[in-house]
Amino acid sequence: MAAEQKKKPYLQTVLFGVVSIALYVLLLSKQDLINENVAKGGFYALLPIAMAFAFSFFHGNFTGCFWTSCGIEASKKTKEVK
Amino acid sequence: MHDAVAAAANFIHLDAANIVYLFLVGFVGGLVSGFIGSGGAFVLTPGMMSLGVPGLVAVASNMCHKFPKALVGALKRAKYGQVDVKLGLVLGVSAEAGVLYGATIQERIKAAYGAAGSNLYVSVAFVIILGVVGSFVLLDAIKTKRAGTQNEAEKITKIARWVQSVNIPGTMVHFKSLDARISVLFTIPLGFATGMLAATIAVGGFIGVPSMIYVLGAPSIMASATELVIAFVMGLGGSLKYAMHGMVDIRLAMIILAGSLFGIQLGAIGTTYVKPYMIKIVMGTIMVIVLFSRALMIPVYMSELKLMAPIGAGTAKMLSSTSFAIMIFALALGAFIVLKAMWEGRQAERMQVAQPVSAAVAGKI
Repeated sequence: MAAEQKKKPYLQTVLFGVVSIALYVLLLSKQDLINENVAKGGFYALLPIAMAFAFSFFHGNFTGCFWTSCGIEASKKTKEVK
Repeated sequence: MHDAVAAAANFIHLDAANIVYLFLVGFVGGLVSGFIGSGGAFVLTPGMMSLGVPGLVAVASNMCHKFPKALVGALKRAKYGQVDVKLGLVLGVSAEAGVLYGATIQERIKAAYGAAGSNLYVSVAFVIILGVVGSFVLLDAIKTKRAGTQNEAEKITKIARWVQSVNIPGTMVHFKSLDARISVLFTIPLGFATGMLAATIAVGGFIGVPSMIYVLGAPSIMASATELVIAFVMGLGGSLKYAMHGMVDIRLAMIILAGSLFGIQLGAIGTTYVKPYMIKIVMGTIMVIVLFSRALMIPVYMSELKLMAPIGAGTAKMLSSTSFAIMIFALALGAFIVLKAMWEGRQAERMQVAQPVSAAVAGKI
């Protein structure tokens, strides 16, 4: 029974969490510089789009690992599709 | 090229209270989106505007939080085998065209009748569409519960059966969620309508999900998951368009995203514990409540357009505050139903696991 239980992803939670927090600290501490560039539009449009993808990767993985570490997972009847 | 200095001036000062507020609204919006495939945007845009964010920046920033959120939600639900990527992409492309057309209509109405005219158009669209579709979805879910058929496989509607039976050579595509081949000539108008609604009331899923269920014949769980793919396609295109004009406040978008990614993961997990009709219950409930919220604002806009006797500033403010409060209530109630259903599902599963164990222990004694 115990062997069937999956290991909780504590390490991944911490790693993705640290990167995620670092990204948010950077975003808020450099907000004037970021705003100035994002407001330029044109080719600078790629800046907010790239940021959105980066945040979704790191913060998305963090939030996923966070709930798993808290023991909140999908129903056991649901088979994950690899 | 636009004036970058003027555009940057649209970005508000953020304090700790604003950040916490956006995070929390993002979380609740994400929770509902993870479950029903959409929602949250109708509260987020006015929510940002209440902080002093200009309307266009609020719409643009909402859009820019929507596509990464939808991406994470779609990937999560794809792990559970709930996403039909092909259907999502096919509908998403025509939805993108619908967004562009819807935005053009909005601009024309605004140019002809001003902001009040545009707001009146949005509110009337809200009331008519949510009234018709929302009541239908909610009644269908209630009927399923009353009939006690919530454990049975969902039956497809007569319209969906007909759509799946029509064969138009050269346009037929097989979709796994439908387990049938249908003509893309049916998906194009549905996607277009989803996009138009997204451009009008910010929540295309209120058309997208019901149309996948009732017109195409997709199961509720797969329809709500596939809507996330459509939201990703629409959101990415819309964000690029607004970002080209420097209208995205990336700080607002990413702070909302911080909360909504916690929410969307939880909402997606929730779908694995509930019966399919719960998707319809949550969606129908939110749609019907939001309808009342927007209906309250119709007299305000009609008065501004001089289509009826003027109403006092105090009354207009009261109606506006009540309308916003009802929208927040709709979202919070939706989130509550999701969490409650998920909690009950988890408890039921634990009981099922515990019963054989206790029976085995009793057998040994």
